[in-house]
Amino acid sequence: MAALTPTVLPDVTGAPAPQTGRPRRVRVWRGVVLTVAALYFLTPLLASFVFTVNDPTAGFTLDAYQEIFSAEGFVQSLLLSLGLAVATIVTVLVLTLPAMLAVRLSAPRLRPVMEVLCTLPLVVPPITFVAGISTVLRWGPDYLATTPFYQTIIAIQDPAFPVVLVVAYVVLALPFVYRALDAGLGAMDVRTLVEAARNCGASWPHVMLRVIIPNLRSGLASASFLTLALVLGEYTVARLLGYQPFPVWIVTISGSNAPLSVAVSIFSLLFAWLLLLVLSTAGTRQRSGS
Amino acid sequence: MADTRSTAPVGLPARNPVRAGGSRARSKGWTGALPLLVFVGLAFGIPALALLGGAFTSNGSPSLANLTESLRGAYLTALLSSVKLSALVAVVGAVLGTFLAQAVVTSRFRALRDAVLTASGVLANFGGVPLAFAWIATLGNSGVLTTRLGLGDHGWSLYSFWGLALVYLYFSVPLMVLVIVPALDGLRPQWREAAQNNGASAWQFWRYVGIPVLTPSLLGGVVLLFGGAFAAYATAAAMVGTVVPLVTLQIADALTGNVLIGHENVALALSFDMIVVAGLVMAVYLPLQRRSARWLR
Repeated sequence: MAALTPTVLPDVTGAPAPQTGRPRRVRVWRGVVLTVAALYFLTPLLASFVFTVNDPTAGFTLDAYQEIFSAEGFVQSLLLSLGLAVATIVTVLVLTLPAMLAVRLSAPRLRPVMEVLCTLPLVVPPITFVAGISTVLRWGPDYLATTPFYQTIIAIQDPAFPVVLVVAYVVLALPFVYRALDAGLGAMDVRTLVEAARNCGASWPHVMLRVIIPNLRSGLASASFLTLALVLGEYTVARLLGYQPFPVWIVTISGSNAPLSVAVSIFSLLFAWLLLLVLSTAGTRQRSGS
Repeated sequence: MADTRSTAPVGLPARNPVRAGGSRARSKGWTGALPLLVFVGLAFGIPALALLGGAFTSNGSPSLANLTESLRGAYLTALLSSVKLSALVAVVGAVLGTFLAQAVVTSRFRALRDAVLTASGVLANFGGVPLAFAWIATLGNSGVLTTRLGLGDHGWSLYSFWGLALVYLYFSVPLMVLVIVPALDGLRPQWREAAQNNGASAWQFWRYVGIPVLTPSLLGGVVLLFGGAFAAYATAAAMVGTVVPLVTLQIADALTGNVLIGHENVALALSFDMIVVAGLVMAVYLPLQRRSARWLR
């Protein structure tokens, strides 16, 4: 021990970073890893951009990007996706927030139940979920044609605004929303805040709107953004139930216009990137504020 | 928990109206959770029951015919091929993701770390259709790299098992980075210093300290990656069509009646197989998650 100390001590005290004991090899190794990763992750993005602006006959062209907004079905499918996203966000928050408050405040025994419910959609692959949904929808004409349920089943499949997709997306979004809100609620003392507000005579709606929601802004924002990203990118459920929101539309046009579909893909990636940046800056602002 | 309960009876009886409000709050607490429970019961429970019912009935009577059919011939091939692809992607993705995360975590540049984590957050969700098209434009039959480098003459095809694995890694590696970075942050520098002071080599540090501490998170990451690759449908559908047999593609075909009319129940049985596989794998994950949570504090 006594013999070891002198050789180790200068190493520890003189070094700001712990890895200075073996600098060269580690730095080279790290450089290699980062370079390979950068190549792998940037190549498809750059190559697909080149693909969209490079016409085999005409050379450089931005036609694919000009065509996006005038392409048939673009506006319609994007609006459908956005509408579905808004409906899903509102529904999932209205359902989840009171339930999570209830679990924290007065029914802690429900907590495991909530956790299982909000993990199930991660375990069950979306495609099997669709298989179940489409089976249920087929019951409509088969068994329920004479009952009032039939009208309901027809109504939720309205192609102009398929409520059945909102229902499915709410289930798929539950795990993300649950985690985001759980983190947000964990960061504040819900019980004390609610009891203080109630003791001061605030009504329950008042508590929700003036106490809980302002404190939970960043959790709510991240839940909403994650849901928005999920709905805007969702293909499986919509495709198999026969609707045409944005991602399904991209696949539909890819057959006739490959550069356009790649251009739209890049467009949607940039959009997702933007959403996530907004999300992370909102998160840091909250952290520095508190 | 204990002291809130002891303070509540002291504080509450002082003002009667509030006490009434408090007891109403308790009943409201239950009703607050009710809409969500009912919604999940209806939106998730009914399709689940329909799936089970359909998987285990054939021609209107209970039978295992669909299940045996779903574990035979082309269906079995697809299921095994899906499991193989997901396992490959999970293991390779976990290893590469861990190396990348370690490179970022040990870096002195804060900006690099932030950039990689943000990019990982985006790319981990960049599955589905746009991913498939980005890769088709890059390495597909008329992709930029394929034509520039003449890869087609060397027998390269993106629309194959290995092509699919390459593409799946694109969202699996970032996911692994997101999973493993907190665990790597949890490896305290003091542990390494203690090991070094006791004369351990770098290899011995990893073998006896680093890897054992990371094991739960590593396995958890493998499971997550497996689940993600196993359930992926959009990327495969937009990319390979039916060239590579995958269980998700088979289910979609059977559901939309592309193969044979009346095979919907086989699709349900296949779905049941998928849920069993995914459930078994996830069953490994949940206890691990709890164990690794200890180290992440």
